[in-house]
Amino acid sequence: MSTVTATEHRAPDAAAEPLVRVQSVRKSYGAHQVLRGITLDVHPGEVLCLLGPSGSGKSTLLRCVNHLERIDGGRISVGGQLVGYRQHQGRIHEMTQRQIAEQRRGIGMVFQRFNLFPHKTALENITEAPVGVRGIGKTAASARARELLDRVGLADHAGKYPTQLSGGQQQRVAIARALAMDPELMLFDEPTSALDPELVGEVLEVMRSLADAGMTMIVVTHEIGFARSAADRVVFMDGGVVVEQGDPAQVIDAPRHERTRAFIQSVL
Amino acid sequence: MSHTLIPGPPTAALETFADIDDAHDIVAVPVRHPWRWASAAVVLFAVVWAAQSVLTNKNIDFPVIGRYLFDWNILHGVWLTIVVTVISMVVSTVLAIVIAAMRLSSNPVLTAVAWCYVWLFRGTPMLVQIVLWGYLGLLYARLSIGIPFTDIVFASADTNALISSFTAGCIALTLNQAAYSSEIVRAGMLSVDEGQREASYSLGMSPMYTFRRVLLPQAMRVIIPPMGNEVISMLKNTSLLSVIAVLELYTQATMISSQNLKQVELLVVVSVWYLVLTSILSVPQYHLERRFGRGSSRTLPPTPWQRVTRFVADHRSDKGARA
Repeated sequence: MSTVTATEHRAPDAAAEPLVRVQSVRKSYGAHQVLRGITLDVHPGEVLCLLGPSGSGKSTLLRCVNHLERIDGGRISVGGQLVGYRQHQGRIHEMTQRQIAEQRRGIGMVFQRFNLFPHKTALENITEAPVGVRGIGKTAASARARELLDRVGLADHAGKYPTQLSGGQQQRVAIARALAMDPELMLFDEPTSALDPELVGEVLEVMRSLADAGMTMIVVTHEIGFARSAADRVVFMDGGVVVEQGDPAQVIDAPRHERTRAFIQSVL
Repeated sequence: MSHTLIPGPPTAALETFADIDDAHDIVAVPVRHPWRWASAAVVLFAVVWAAQSVLTNKNIDFPVIGRYLFDWNILHGVWLTIVVTVISMVVSTVLAIVIAAMRLSSNPVLTAVAWCYVWLFRGTPMLVQIVLWGYLGLLYARLSIGIPFTDIVFASADTNALISSFTAGCIALTLNQAAYSSEIVRAGMLSVDEGQREASYSLGMSPMYTFRRVLLPQAMRVIIPPMGNEVISMLKNTSLLSVIAVLELYTQATMISSQNLKQVELLVVVSVWYLVLTSILSVPQYHLERRFGRGSSRTLPPTPWQRVTRFVADHRSDKGARA
């Protein structure tokens, strides 16, 4: 990777106010309760890995953090602001689409299936939101986009369309696209699950450098190796609840709960 | 490669593999296709026979066709046909996008109204709609702008003076076309992956911005081929406006033939013009498909001109290689 400068991993500031607060969050699809009271704090600069079997609710929780899913109970706040709702004179009001859109600008998201805009080049994918949403000038946005492409090791691919890129390259463009909005929080929803095994490494490397640069990240992943080496904290979820959480070495190598142990063993 | 896996006499296989020559391609005797030649001959005969029977028909006055092909009135009709087509198509497409957006919205009233619109305009004959709009004056003697449900009127005009047959025709074609086009637009919107919307929202785009910049351009790829069909049928449907006396191509031709009684000849003139116009229309369609096809495949298909130059170049190098 070209200019990824591996700076000293900034330790998360545990004393500061948490950037993300998740309190007693509940969410159901019909009769099926996906989240059964989740409580989590994520501090600025912290890298949190969410582990758990499929159907455990970890992706749903992630999607609730930027209000792609509406929560049924509890509270989620990012940067001290409630997500999707506003508190006024003791009552909770739904936000308008415009307010939600504005709130999402500070939260980057990377999807399992990349979701790049297929009709736009790598560069245009990155500049679309800064130009159209933030109102940044085209030349300034392009310059910044090239910088970001260089940062993810794709400086030579600016003019290519997503179909002309490999899965790993597409995912790196997707990361650059999210970073272009200068988010204070990055959400990763199984970013390497749709990749060929030999392409996983290049994406993880970009994520690791991002973590080293002090980005606050919530990562849903099955990559135990990544969780162990890059995460500040690992949260294991099953059946819509947090089973256990803590230092990666502890949760992964010496899990306290039987369910965690069984899961770790099955994926290792 | 293991020879023992191939059934049959092993000696023959070994022999075949023995004379593999790395430097040359396979030289094989091609399979003959006698039925291709036979069927081609039959079809060609039928075509020549049909053409000959038309071209030598004593009842067709060919000089008349030649004379009226560029007659001033006919050219005027051609122009009006193009104008009506362009206006109706452009306005109906905008309307179609609005109706499709209404139909896809989460507002039940908008969805229901959009559904009823399509139901009404698709379910009644185009000809009836055209005549109805032509008779608008019978329904509303005067058209006025004011505040609904009150007597306050800002401006008012005689319907027949305000809505000419040309305007009525355009309205009829536009409203009817919008119903069909909206279904095409809706199908296109539904073809776009849900992940596109999520990605756009996660970048802080509003639903409207997402629709305009992300969903619609991708839907266009699916929308354009059937819309090309619609433009062509719209162009031909303008001839229906003859029932409300819009002076387009077909009306002009029937006016001429009612005087000189050369009905068939003028119908040939009209057909030639419609064919020319629809042929021209396929050019922009091709280029629009290319434009909105960007990113859908690794390499764009060549334009017809690129195809021609490439064919010539290939042919030359082929000859060069053989010589």
